[in-house]
Amino acid sequence: MIDVDRLTVRLAGRTAVADVTLRVDRHGWTNLIGPNGAGKTTLLRAVAGLVGHSGSVSVDGRDLRELSAKDRAATVAMVPQSPLLPPEMTVGEYVLLARTPHLGMLGRSGAADREAVEGAIERLDLGPLADRALGALSGGERQRAVVARAIAQEAPVLLLDEPTAALDVGRQQEVLELIGELRAERGLTVIGAMHDLTLAGQYAERLALLAGGNLVAHGEPDAVLTEELIARHYRARVRVARQQGVPVVMPARAGSAA
Amino acid sequence: MSGAGELRWQWTCAAAGALAAALLLGLSLGPAGIPPAGVLGDLLAKLPPAGGSSPISSLEGAVLWELRAPRVVLGALVGGVLAIAGGAYQAVFRNPLADPYLLGAAAGAGLGATIAIIYASAVPLPPAAFAGATIAVGGAYLLGRSVGAARSTATLILAGVAMAAFLTALQTLLLQQNTEDVRAIYSWLLGRLSTSGWSDVVLVLPYAALSVAAILFHRRVLDVLRVGDDEALGLGVPVDRVRLLVVGAATLGTAAAVSVSGLIGFVGIVVPHAVRLAVGSSYRVVLPLSALFGASFLVLADVIARTALSPAELPIGVVTACVGAPFFAVVLRTSREAGA
Repeated sequence: MIDVDRLTVRLAGRTAVADVTLRVDRHGWTNLIGPNGAGKTTLLRAVAGLVGHSGSVSVDGRDLRELSAKDRAATVAMVPQSPLLPPEMTVGEYVLLARTPHLGMLGRSGAADREAVEGAIERLDLGPLADRALGALSGGERQRAVVARAIAQEAPVLLLDEPTAALDVGRQQEVLELIGELRAERGLTVIGAMHDLTLAGQYAERLALLAGGNLVAHGEPDAVLTEELIARHYRARVRVARQQGVPVVMPARAGSAA
Repeated sequence: MSGAGELRWQWTCAAAGALAAALLLGLSLGPAGIPPAGVLGDLLAKLPPAGGSSPISSLEGAVLWELRAPRVVLGALVGGVLAIAGGAYQAVFRNPLADPYLLGAAAGAGLGATIAIIYASAVPLPPAAFAGATIAVGGAYLLGRSVGAARSTATLILAGVAMAAFLTALQTLLLQQNTEDVRAIYSWLLGRLSTSGWSDVVLVLPYAALSVAAILFHRRVLDVLRVGDDEALGLGVPVDRVRLLVVGAATLGTAAAVSVSGLIGFVGIVVPHAVRLAVGSSYRVVLPLSALFGASFLVLADVIARTALSPAELPIGVVTACVGAPFFAVVLRTSREAGA
């Protein structure tokens, strides 16, 4: 269980996240939605311990600020929106970096590390690409490599910042299905930040709508993805339909009667 | 994926073999040629248990161990330290063009030596250059920290550029006002391996050992830094502390090397890149191999500097650039062809 309690982040004199309190159930999946600049990424970065904040973030009752950097890294793994992938590094080397928080003083990797790395590479079907350089991968393969690295970190909490950005619709579904399966298999607790509202609602159990750094709505997709809330906070004209029990958000042109 | 990024023993052996061959060549060649067999025979006779007699005369022995050996060993130390320091700078700044002089070590050392030559001829050059280099890099570091966000490497590099420009301007002013010392200063700036016996080796050795050990200790963490500060932090790496420690270690080694050899360019940038192109990009491989190949490279460059125009000597900095540039072009070409 992740407890975000009265979290506030100030960046360069501006309040990026304001007094957000949010609880994510153990093994749950919550997606953060909200317009550009709403504070989604900053909230994720605060949970990962990458930006200073007031208020607290705790996982299973342990305040993350009381953990050492290594223990925190063994608790929270993050898939960043635009990861820096050294083009000449191989997929195998890249995934192995995930074991950093688990290594001892001398940094030698052992059998458990090899197992975690090989397991993650297998699970994401990267076996044939393990010796391939990152620079030689396609967009979908790159994203799978980044997810493999996050998985090999073996942290119970997985943060995803725009995991589907720059992917085609097939690769988007592939990545999200995979996250869903991994969550079930490994008992992960997932927090994502997403722009595609329909996809966000299809995969998460709960949505948290941020606007101007404030948490303005939180609940099941049905309760958050309403025409009224989206119109107010995104300043967008949309129609919300329902398909197989989940909301589908469709942009509507001005003046159209649809 | 077995052994991804691991240092393979074949490469270690090749690098150690190359260094041994370079050392032997460096000991054999010179105005008084001593064949490699003679060098080895004399070495064997000196080693315990001292058995057998040396195949060379005692005069040759004196030339070998009092003149040539210190110079060859100094070349290996300076080359190894400059190469590994260059690799470390490239890692910490994620910048392939970084070299050990990036943060002003060269300009600081140059100014220190210039001041010593002009105003204090009683002061030996090494401490003056060493002080100049460490003060310059320390100043650049403090300046970079005070100006920008603590984690921006670009700010630090810019601070280094500003510091180097400032110190070089001061040095140019001093040169211009003291033209009678220009020749002495330039011969220092162009780099040379000192011939003052074992004392320089003893002077550099502790710093070189400390610097190399500290950089090698961080070689795995430097691989993590390649994916960016944020992700390294997310993997539990204390990025700022690692950067400070590695820059400090690389600077200490560079300052010590510069203080006895003057400014020898190209080693710190060419050697790590050549190793990277040949063996792979993991710093766990690049850093130790850079130290070994850098040592061989500078010993061989010094052989050329001593023998090409014998009895005159070429400045070794000129040799490293003249040999290094075409060599690097060849490595770049072959690796691109192999990779295509």
